[in-house]
Amino acid sequence: MAHEQHNYLNHQKGIWSWLTTLDHKRIGIMYFVAIMSFFFLGGVFALLVRAELFTPGKTLFSADVYNRMMTYHGAIMVFMVIVPGIPAIFGNFVLPIMIGAKDVAFPRLNLMSWYMLMIGAAITGSTLFLENVDTGWTFYTPYSSIKTGLGVIPMVLGVFIIGFSSILTGLNFIVTTHKLRAPGMTMNRIPLMVWALYSTAILQVLATPVLAITLLLLIAEKTLGVGIFDPQLGGDPVLFQHFFWFYSHPAVYIMILPAMGVISELVATYSRKVIFGYTAIAYSSLAIAGVSFLVWGHHMFVSGQSEFAGVLFSFITMLVGVPTAIKLFNWIATMYKGSIRLDAPMLFAIGFMFLFTIGGLTGVYLASTGMDIHFHDTYFVVAHFHYVMVGGTLMALMGALIYWFPKVTGKIYSDLTGRISWVFIFSGFNVTFFPQFILGNMGMPRRYYDYLPTFTELNQMSTFGSWLIGTGFLIGLFGVIYALLKGKEAGNNPFGGKTLEWTIPSPPPHENFEKTPVLTGGPYEYR
Amino acid sequence: MSTANHTGGFHHAHHFDSAEHQYESSKQGIWLFLVTEILMFGGLFVGYSIYHSLYPQVFHAGSKQLSVVLGALNTVVLLFSSFTMALGINYVQRGLRNKAIIALAVTIACAAIFMVVKFFEYTHKFHVGTVPGKYAYTEELSASGEKVTKVGALLAEANKLSVVEREHKLHLDETEYEHLTLLEKTKNWPLFFGFYFVMSGIHGLHVLAGAFLIFWVLLKVIKNQVGPEYFTPVEGVGLFWHVVDLIWIYLFPLLYLVG
Ligand code: HEM
Ligand SMILES: [Cu+2]
Repeated sequence: MAHEQHNYLNHQKGIWSWLTTLDHKRIGIMYFVAIMSFFFLGGVFALLVRAELFTPGKTLFSADVYNRMMTYHGAIMVFMVIVPGIPAIFGNFVLPIMIGAKDVAFPRLNLMSWYMLMIGAAITGSTLFLENVDTGWTFYTPYSSIKTGLGVIPMVLGVFIIGFSSILTGLNFIVTTHKLRAPGMTMNRIPLMVWALYSTAILQVLATPVLAITLLLLIAEKTLGVGIFDPQLGGDPVLFQHFFWFYSHPAVYIMILPAMGVISELVATYSRKVIFGYTAIAYSSLAIAGVSFLVWGHHMFVSGQSEFAGVLFSFITMLVGVPTAIKLFNWIATMYKGSIRLDAPMLFAIGFMFLFTIGGLTGVYLASTGMDIHFHDTYFVVAHFHYVMVGGTLMALMGALIYWFPKVTGKIYSDLTGRISWVFIFSGFNVTFFPQFILGNMGMPRRYYDYLPTFTELNQMSTFGSWLIGTGFLIGLFGVIYALLKGKEAGNNPFGGKTLEWTIPSPPPHENFEKTPVLTGGPYEYR
Repeated sequence: MSTANHTGGFHHAHHFDSAEHQYESSKQGIWLFLVTEILMFGGLFVGYSIYHSLYPQVFHAGSKQLSVVLGALNTVVLLFSSFTMALGINYVQRGLRNKAIIALAVTIACAAIFMVVKFFEYTHKFHVGTVPGKYAYTEELSASGEKVTKVGALLAEANKLSVVEREHKLHLDETEYEHLTLLEKTKNWPLFFGFYFVMSGIHGLHVLAGAFLIFWVLLKVIKNQVGPEYFTPVEGVGLFWHVVDLIWIYLFPLLYLVG
C-alpha cells in the first residue's frame, strides 16, 4: 500500500522508545518477550530434570545438581511464567481495549511493574551463578532457614520483588476496570476475559502481600535467626507452610482464572454463539477467588494439623469444584449446536477443558483426607498440578497467542502450524504426565533423585513425552517467527470476534480508538 | 501521566475524561495499595497472636523489657504528625502555600524524632544483650557446652558487683536488673524479640519511606507543582502516612503493654 498505516508499533521508533513506553500494548509485548525467555529457561530445566530420571540412579548429574535444577524449574515456571503469564501479556494488551479505554489507569506504574519483574528475575537468576538453591519452589523451613546455603536469600528477595510486580499489575487492572470503561459498558457487559482478569487482580492484591511478609520473615530468619520458624527458639516451621499456602493456594487461581477467561473468549468466538450463562461464568470467577482463600490447609493434611481442621479444609476445598464446574458446563452448553470451527485456538481450548478436567478431578482425590495420606508427596501430586497448571494455563496461553496474534501484529498466525504444535503438545503432555498418576499411586515419591527399578518404564515414557512437549513448543515458536516474517495481512477481524478489540484496526492505533466507543449491548451477540 | 508545571496549568492525562476522573482513579489506586500494606502487617499480627497465646510468659517477660515511656512518647509524636499531615493537605487544598510548607516540615521532623527515639531504644537493647534469636547467645561461652545467653552473661557479671557499682559500670539500674532476671528465667524469650525487631523494624522502614515521600511532596509544594487544582500526590502520601501511624497504634499496645 502506498501510505503506511499509523499504529502503535510505528508510532515511535527505536529500542529506547520501547524501554520507556507507557503504552499498554507495547508493555504487553515486552512482557511476552521476557516471559517467553523465562519459559524457555524453565523448559530447559524441565527437560534436564526428566532426562536425569530416564534411568534409576545416576543418569547425567549428581543428586545435588538434580535438586537445584528441580528448584529452578519450579520457581521459574511458577513465579516468572505461569503467575504473570496471561495477565501480564494478554491482559495488558487486551483489557483496556476490551472495555473501550485508551490505556490502563496508571501507565507509569505498568511500566514499573515490568521493570520490577525484570529486576526480581535478575536477582533470582543471579543465584544460578552465586550460590545455587536446592529448596524446591516452596522454600519450606527448616531446610531453607537453617540447613541450606545463603543463596536462599537473594532467591527469595527476587521472588519478593516479582510479587510486587504482580500486586501492582493487579491494582492497575482493578482501577482500570472500575474507572475506565467506555460509556454503556456496564459491569454486566464487560467481556468474560475482563471478568477473569478482574477476579485475578483481586487475588493478586489480597494474597500476594502475605507471600511478601512470609518471604521477609524467611530472610529475617536466615540473617538474624529471629526464631519465628525455628523450634529451638520456640518457633514453628509449620507456620511457614500456613503462611506460604495462604498465598500459594490462591496463587493457583491467579494462574488459572485468566486462562479460563481466555477459554470463554475462544469458545464464544469459535462456536459463533451467544455465550451460555454469561452471568454464571462471570460471577463464578469471583466465587472461585473468594473460596480460594479458605482452603490452604489441604496442602497440610499430613502436617499434624487437627483432624477437625482437616475435615473442614477438605469440605471447603471440594466447594471450589462448584463454580469451576459451572464454567465448564456453560462452555459446553455454548458449544452445543454451535457452528464450531476447529481452528488451532479452539483446539487449545478443547485441550484445556480436557486436561483441566482431569487435573480438577484428581484434585478432589487429593482433597479427600484419607486418600491424600496415600498420595501426598508422590508423583500423583506432580501429575495433578501439572494437569491443571500446564494443561490449563499453558494450553490457554497458546490459544490466546494464536487468537490475538493478528490483532497484536497485523499478521495471521499459520493455523496449520498451530495445529501441528497442538498435536505435539497435547499428546506429549498426556504421555508425560499420565504415567505419573500411576507412578504416584505405586508409591514413587516426588522431588526424589532416584527411584526403584520397577518404576523405570513409566519414567522413560514420561521423559519421552517431555521431548514431544518441547518439540510442540518449538513448533509454536517457529510459528511466531514465520508469521512475523511471512504471515498474511490479518485485517480487522479475521475470526469474527465480537468484543471491542475486533472493531479497531490491526495493529491498533496508538490510542486504541479513534473515537470512544459507546456500547448498547453485551459482548457476545452472535444470534 | 500527570503533568503539572504550575497549579494553574494542570492537564489530566490523555486516557482520563477530566481531572476529577483522574483524581478519583488515583485515589482508588492508593487505597488498594494501602490494603496491601495492611495485609502484609496482618501476617505479622497473626504470627504474633499465635505465639502470644502459646507462650504468654515469654511475651510478658519480653514486653517488660521495653520502655513504655519511650513507646508512649513515640505514639504521641506519631499522632501529632498525623495531625500536622492532615493540616498540610488541607493547606495545600486551600492554596495556603507557606502554612503547608510548615505543616509538612513539622511532619518530617516528627518522623525524625520517632526514628531517633527508636535508635536509642534499639542501641540500648543491643547494649544489654536483648537481641533477636540466635544473636541472643554468646558464641564463646556456648562452645563450652551449655548455651549461655548474652543476658545471662550480663547478669552473671552484675551479680559479682554491688548495686552501686552495677549501675555505674554496667548501666543497669534496679528495675532493669529485675526485668533482665525475669527474662533470664523465661524459656524461649528471644522469640519475643524476634517479633519485636521484625515488626518495629519493618514499621521503622515505613516511617523512613513515609518521611522521604513527604519530603518529595514538600518539594512539590515549594515548586508550586501542587495546589488547590491538583493535590493528588499530597493526599496520597498523607493517606500512606496515616496508615503508618495506624499500624504503630496497634504495635505499641501489642509490644509494649500486653504483658
Ligand atoms: C485451579 C487449578 C489448580 C492448580 C493450578 C493447582 C495446583 C496445585 C499445585 C501446584 C499443587 C502442589 C503444591 C506443591 O508443590 O506442594 C497442588 C496440590 C494440591 N491440590 Fe491443586 N491445583 C488446582 C486445583 C485443585 C482443585 C480443584 C483441588 C481440589 C478439588 C485441588 C487440590 C489439591 C490438593 C489437596 C493438593 C495437595 C496434595 C498433596 O500435597 O498431598 N487442586 N495443586
Ligand atoms: Cu491448594
